[in-house]
Amino acid sequence: MIFLSLFLSFFQIGLFSFGGGYAALPLIEQELIHAQGWITNQQFIDILTLSEMTPGPIAINAATFSGNQIAGVFGGIIATVGVTLPSVIIVQIMAYFYFKYQNLTVVQGIIQGLRPAVVALIASAGVTIFMTAMFGRSSWPVDIAEINWISVVFFAVGLFLMRKYKASPIQVILITGLAGGIVYSLL
Amino acid sequence: MEKKELYLTLFRSTFFLSMFTFGGGYVIVPLMEKKFVNELGWINEDEMLNLIALGQSAPGPIAVNTSILIGYRMAGVPGAMITVLGTILPPLGIMTVLAYVYLAVRDNAIVNNVLLGMQAGVAAIIVNVVYNMAMRIIKQKKIIPILVMIAALIAGIIFQVNILWLLLVSALIGLAMTLYNLKMKKDEGDIK
Repeated sequence: MIFLSLFLSFFQIGLFSFGGGYAALPLIEQELIHAQGWITNQQFIDILTLSEMTPGPIAINAATFSGNQIAGVFGGIIATVGVTLPSVIIVQIMAYFYFKYQNLTVVQGIIQGLRPAVVALIASAGVTIFMTAMFGRSSWPVDIAEINWISVVFFAVGLFLMRKYKASPIQVILITGLAGGIVYSLL
Repeated sequence: MEKKELYLTLFRSTFFLSMFTFGGGYVIVPLMEKKFVNELGWINEDEMLNLIALGQSAPGPIAVNTSILIGYRMAGVPGAMITVLGTILPPLGIMTVLAYVYLAVRDNAIVNNVLLGMQAGVAAIIVNVVYNMAMRIIKQKKIIPILVMIAALIAGIIFQVNILWLLLVSALIGLAMTLYNLKMKKDEGDIK
């Protein structure tokens, strides 16, 4: 039953993504690409690209979009509800205790402990995204001859714009998209 | 204030913030703060900062979490339901439409070229995010978080360890450190 597994996958993604939208990426990769085989690396990057470009929380955007890709409109709704439900339950329980005791030292201590691991996990999803963008795939080993040099240049320009001129993600996406539309079409 | 009016304002505020704010939770949350603290004056600054910290401590998208906290603070469980709906309905609508546009145009040569260019941009964004987050951990100059980060990196990338195990182990380390720090503080207090 596709809708049930879709719901469970996204419930799990919502339940274990600590630290906002980017923290959901490694879980989306593990669940949707590797465990279920519902989407490809390319689709994964497209989902992230479109989620960054549209308004709203990135994780919700990604859930609705991938749910739609996997199982149509109803799939999109199921995925969105699935990814939101853990928040609805857990945040209200935390809020109840917070307003009662005004103290969540232990909970926040655990989260502090999670943060370095979350950074590492996002980095690991980042490797997949980087390899796919540069080589068209993320499986090892890669042959340096397969590298897409135009991508390398776009990547370097994007990084430079963000670090030097504090360009926003959406600006970087629009610039590299425009450049891609021109450069690749002329080749 | 009448209840109906409160519900309506909660829904409208979260709906419009989610509908028109680009850049995800880290942009939406400060705008929520502006709306509920400065414009409506429903929540004071200090309490809002605590709610934001709380929202970041819970799993899930931080914009969703913060909206739930604001709704709960203002009108209990019904309030939370209203604000969470307000936050997720706009992306649900927009992304559903976009998913169909994407299906229709993905194979178009120019669209493909644009998306190919964007891939490199997204790769740069992720590398930048990871760099900023990692530097924040490194700058604290505490040995355990740095070791956890390196160990998780090796376990995740090279050994492909399941994410849930990595999270569980690092949460336990966080718990142990918190209890240890609390005990040290308590002992210090006892000596005094």
